[in-house]
Amino acid sequence: MSAKAAGTKTYVLIWAVLMCLTGLTAGVSFIDLHRWSTVVAFLIATAKAGLVVTFFMHLWYEKEKTIWIWAVVAAVWLTLLITLTMGDYLTRGVIRVPGK
Amino acid sequence: MPEISQAAALSFREAVDRKSLHEHYANLSQQADASKLGMWIFLATEVMFFGGMITGYVAYRNAYPAAFEAGSVHMLFLAGTLNTAILITASLFVALAVHAARQGRNKALVWFLAISMFLGICFLAIKGYEYYDHYVEHKVPTRSFQWDGPDARHAEMFFVLYFFLTGFHAIHMIVGVSILAVIVYFARKGRYTPEYHNPVENAALYWHFVDIVWIFLYPMLYLVGHTHV
Repeated sequence: MSAKAAGTKTYVLIWAVLMCLTGLTAGVSFIDLHRWSTVVAFLIATAKAGLVVTFFMHLWYEKEKTIWIWAVVAAVWLTLLITLTMGDYLTRGVIRVPGK
Repeated sequence: MPEISQAAALSFREAVDRKSLHEHYANLSQQADASKLGMWIFLATEVMFFGGMITGYVAYRNAYPAAFEAGSVHMLFLAGTLNTAILITASLFVALAVHAARQGRNKALVWFLAISMFLGICFLAIKGYEYYDHYVEHKVPTRSFQWDGPDARHAEMFFVLYFFLTGFHAIHMIVGVSILAVIVYFARKGRYTPEYHNPVENAALYWHFVDIVWIFLYPMLYLVGHTHV
C-alpha cells in the first residue's frame, strides 16, 4: 500500500499547471511553427499525461515495482507499435526491395 | 497457510463478514495491492486498444498532412478546448475523492465524485453538440459526406478516425460516469473506509486514464492546423 500520498494542495497545484499547459498548447496552435507545431503539441500533451500519471494516479508515491513495470510497459508497447509501423511506411521509398 | 497472529486473524474474519475482504486474500492490504495491479494491467491493454487507432492516425496523417489539416479546420476548437479543461477539472475532483476516501471523509467522497460525474456529463453533452454540428455540416463519413476542397477521400479519412477515436473515448466516458455512480451508491451506504476503499482507487485510475486519452486526442484532432473556428 502507498504509505505516503499527495495532499489537497498538491492536487490543486497540479490541476493549475495542467490548465496552464492546456491554455499554452491552445495558444501556440495559432502560431505556424511549420513541422515543429506537431512536436510542440505532442511534447505538451506528454507533459500533461505525465503529470496525471505521476500525481493523480499516484505513481510518484508507488513503492510496488510491479505497478511501475506495467505503467512503463504500456508506454513501451505503444512506442513499439507506432515506431515499427512508421519504420515501414517512412522507408518504403528509401529501401529497395529485391524483385520489386 | 502462513501463520496469522491472533489480532490479524480477528480482523480477517471481521473484514470477510463486512463483505470487504474476499476469503482468498490474507488481509485487506494484500487485496488492495492485487486489485490495483489488476487495474494497471487492464489499463496497459486499454493503451493498446486506443494504440491501434492512434497508429492508424499517425500513418494516415503522415501520408496526407494537407487533407488532415483541412479536416481539422472543421473541428469546434472552443468546444474541444473547453472539454479538455472540463476533463482535467473532473480528474482533480476524482483525485480529491480518493484523498477523502483514504481519510475516511465519506461525505466529501460522495460530493467530489458527484461533481466529477456532473462534469463528465457536461463533457458528453458538449461532445454530442459537436457531433450534431458535424452531422448538419455533412461531415459524418457516410453517403451524406460532403467536401468542397481537394482530396475529399483523405479528408473523409480524417473524419473516420475522428469519429472512431472520440466515439470510443465517449463510450469510455459513459462507462466512467456509470462506475462513479456505482461508487457513489456504495459510498452513501458507508461501504468504504480508510482500510477498505480499493474500488474507489480503481475507479479513479480508470477515470484518469480516460482523461489522458483525451489529453492526446485534443492536439491530434483539434490542433492540426493554425486556423480555428
